[in-house]
Amino acid sequence: MRRSPIFDTGVDLISRTVMILSLYLLFAGHNQPGGGFIGGLVAAVGLALRYVAGGVDEVRQTTRVQPWTLLGGGLFLAAATAIGALVAGGQVLESGKVSVDLPVLGTAKATSALPFDIGVYLVVVGLVLMVIESLGDPVIDPDHPGGEAERG
Amino acid sequence: MLAVVVLLAGPRLGRSSFLVAAVAPLATAVWAASVAPSVLDGAARTTSVGWVPDLGLALDLRLDAFSLLMVGLVSGIGVLVYVYAYAYFDERPDLGRFVATLTAFAGSMLGLVLSDNLLGLYVFWELTSITSYLLIGFDDAKASARAAALQAILITGVGGLAMLGGFVILGLEASTFSLSGLLAAPPSGMAVDVALVLVLLGACTKSAQAPFHSWLPRAMAAPTPVSAYLHSATMVKAGIYLVARFAPAFATAAPWQPIVLTVGLATMLLGGLRALRQHDLKLLLAYGTISQLGFLLVLLGVGLPEAALAGCALLIAHGVFKAALFMLVGIVDRQAHTRDLRRLHELRHVPGWRPAMAVAAVSAASMAGIPLLVGFVSKEAAYEALVHGGVGAVDTLVLAGVVVGSILTFAYSARFLRGAFGPALVDNPVEAPAPPGRSFLGPAVLLAGITVTLGLLPGLASRLVSGAAAALDATVEPVDLAIWHGLNPALGLSLLTIAAGTLLALRWRTLEQFQAAVPRLPSADDAYAATLVGLNRLADRTSAVVQSGSLPVYVGVTLLTLLALPGTALLVGTELPPLPVLAETPLQIGLAVAMAGAAIGAAVTVHRFVAVLLLGFVGYGMAAFFVIQGAPDLALTQMLVETVTLLIFVFVLRRLPTRAPQVPWRVGTASRLLVAGGVGVLVTGFALVAGSARTAEPISGAFLDRALPDGGGSNVVNVILVDFRGLDTLGEITVLAVAALGIVSLTRVVRGLTDGPAGPPLEDGRP
Repeated sequence: MRRSPIFDTGVDLISRTVMILSLYLLFAGHNQPGGGFIGGLVAAVGLALRYVAGGVDEVRQTTRVQPWTLLGGGLFLAAATAIGALVAGGQVLESGKVSVDLPVLGTAKATSALPFDIGVYLVVVGLVLMVIESLGDPVIDPDHPGGEAERG
Repeated sequence: MLAVVVLLAGPRLGRSSFLVAAVAPLATAVWAASVAPSVLDGAARTTSVGWVPDLGLALDLRLDAFSLLMVGLVSGIGVLVYVYAYAYFDERPDLGRFVATLTAFAGSMLGLVLSDNLLGLYVFWELTSITSYLLIGFDDAKASARAAALQAILITGVGGLAMLGGFVILGLEASTFSLSGLLAAPPSGMAVDVALVLVLLGACTKSAQAPFHSWLPRAMAAPTPVSAYLHSATMVKAGIYLVARFAPAFATAAPWQPIVLTVGLATMLLGGLRALRQHDLKLLLAYGTISQLGFLLVLLGVGLPEAALAGCALLIAHGVFKAALFMLVGIVDRQAHTRDLRRLHELRHVPGWRPAMAVAAVSAASMAGIPLLVGFVSKEAAYEALVHGGVGAVDTLVLAGVVVGSILTFAYSARFLRGAFGPALVDNPVEAPAPPGRSFLGPAVLLAGITVTLGLLPGLASRLVSGAAAALDATVEPVDLAIWHGLNPALGLSLLTIAAGTLLALRWRTLEQFQAAVPRLPSADDAYAATLVGLNRLADRTSAVVQSGSLPVYVGVTLLTLLALPGTALLVGTELPPLPVLAETPLQIGLAVAMAGAAIGAAVTVHRFVAVLLLGFVGYGMAAFFVIQGAPDLALTQMLVETVTLLIFVFVLRRLPTRAPQVPWRVGTASRLLVAGGVGVLVTGFALVAGSARTAEPISGAFLDRALPDGGGSNVVNVILVDFRGLDTLGEITVLAVAALGIVSLTRVVRGLTDGPAGPPLEDGRP
């Protein structure tokens, strides 16, 4: 497949922006529209852009992490947060809060819901990556074993 | 005590682990002996360990005299079996696993006989089934051993499930799950009768009663120490134990005595007859065990005090002589490499085999009921009890059945001795085997010693037997077991048994010819096989009908069910509320019309890709609605989900033909439109009804108030997701993960079918 440099660069720019947007949505989610699920989906769209530009290989190069590592890690993180509250003596998933006064930036507030949301984010990204891995590789046209019949 | 057992259950290496692990039953035996005097005086010991307090489950242990007898059997024979197994096995790498499983079994068995809670008893009961499964299938490379293990766990497992049902009914009827409490105040009624039948089903499968006995001979695939321990002395007695516990309280219930007596006698006779046609020494003993278990079921299940007493005596006698005989079979098998009694060399003339022969003779004679051995004492007690009767019209029948069964027992005991030590029946017997070593034979010698000692001095066991029987049934009067009770009917019956048995034993050739002439009846084994085949076939047919493999059919059935059931309820049961405001802005109307048009287009188009795009349009329209209603989170999510869904659709569609298959006369399209329209109307109706049916205060207000102080966030949607409903979210992302795995496996399967094994890209090395 011939690749156009203009297209590649454009996709590169856009998908990076989209990834940053997804991170913003993830962290802002507790107080503004967003959250782990939405952020994960946005990241997935960013990865899908990469796929459109360069197929599965391009996506692999971008992520470098195995999709199931993301999937399992996210699940583990979320579950650990849930159980962590138990260990700390609360109910399952009860959230704790930490406020830190940073000198320049103002007050930063973190709740234990954040790692949980990060877990959700990772699971969603992992799921989409796995879909891309499983379904996104070039379709071999049975009539023309050599050629690719990409229509996506 | 159980802790000791569990502690030692960890796998250890090497053969000597048997001796290490033997400490567990030894400690138990010592402990049992130390508490024996007080327990025999009627002071039951109880302990309770909290287990699942929320469910009211506790590990209630209670040691009374009958439990003491069982504990003595389990731990005493256990010690000897461990020592025996040490000599039986060669060094092999998986012995640690074996020892661990055997010890776990011993622990579960002890828990079973000590448990005072029905559900706890059930748990231990299943644990013995599972460990037995592992032990039977120990030679896991052999298909026959695996099949035998499966058969055992299937049969006992089905019985166990039935028993659990029975326990639950009994517990609810008596409003206690405590065994002692249940037996102290037995409930009655129709439900209890059903429960008892279920419990008996469990007991009969576990104790290999006809027609569920087929697993026991198969279980002889297990190494011989296992057979000696589980399948003669302990596990198969679990059912007997349960029946013995229940009998005094429930023998008067309608279904109890008919079932117990019929099954017990049938098993006793069937086992005896089958034992007489076996050529494999181990199988002969297995059928002999089945026969004796039937005998025990009659004695301990009939509910008569004297019979319970005799049953307790027989429990000891049987455990001791049967374990010794199994050990001998193992010795013969190991030394001569065959258990076929026709091919065995005439061992009585081989030097060095005399001690083994003496042990076999004593144990087999005890089994046959020859005087001066403990088997005789218990059999006399049994005759004595049954002569007095007390069941009613069937007294004589039961007595006759037991006598005939005992005659058969005598005959197969003789067959065992002659087979093992008498002349070979074929021209090419195996070489004269080397005699067994001391430690190999030692445990069996000890058991034979007990047989003789208790036979000569039955008074030694009187206290234990009387105490155990009294623990079952308070009306039992303590007796002195004795050899000579004077001239009475029981003695006459014993003599009759011996005389008839001798006759049968002498005329064994005639008997064998006769048995060969009788056509082979369908056995319980065939029934088991037929059941399995039938079940598989049923499952195949069901899934062939239910799983047609057509997505339109699945979706259609699901949607039609939705229309039929909740739809009917909606039509019949509710009134439609007044229509709400149709639209708040003209924008909504325009959107709705466009979406409806796209939806209809998606249903009628023959191009798959167009259909997907139209569906996507509907989804984005939905997101627009959310924006209008002021729900940015929802709108954002809807947009993104729609995008990703579209993406996945495209992935899949690349692999399908562009056009959906043509449906003749457009029947398919029409019916699809019909179903879709119906569901649409239904959902609209539901939304209207559900929206107006609210009676409680909406919870959303509370969420809004609590989001910032409790959840620490001002985006209430997100706080709901990660905090208020966080557990739901955790469940959902788990589902997501499972779905992702499902997609990968499905595509791999498909690829495996088309490309062969050549690399699914997931296994590629990543850059």
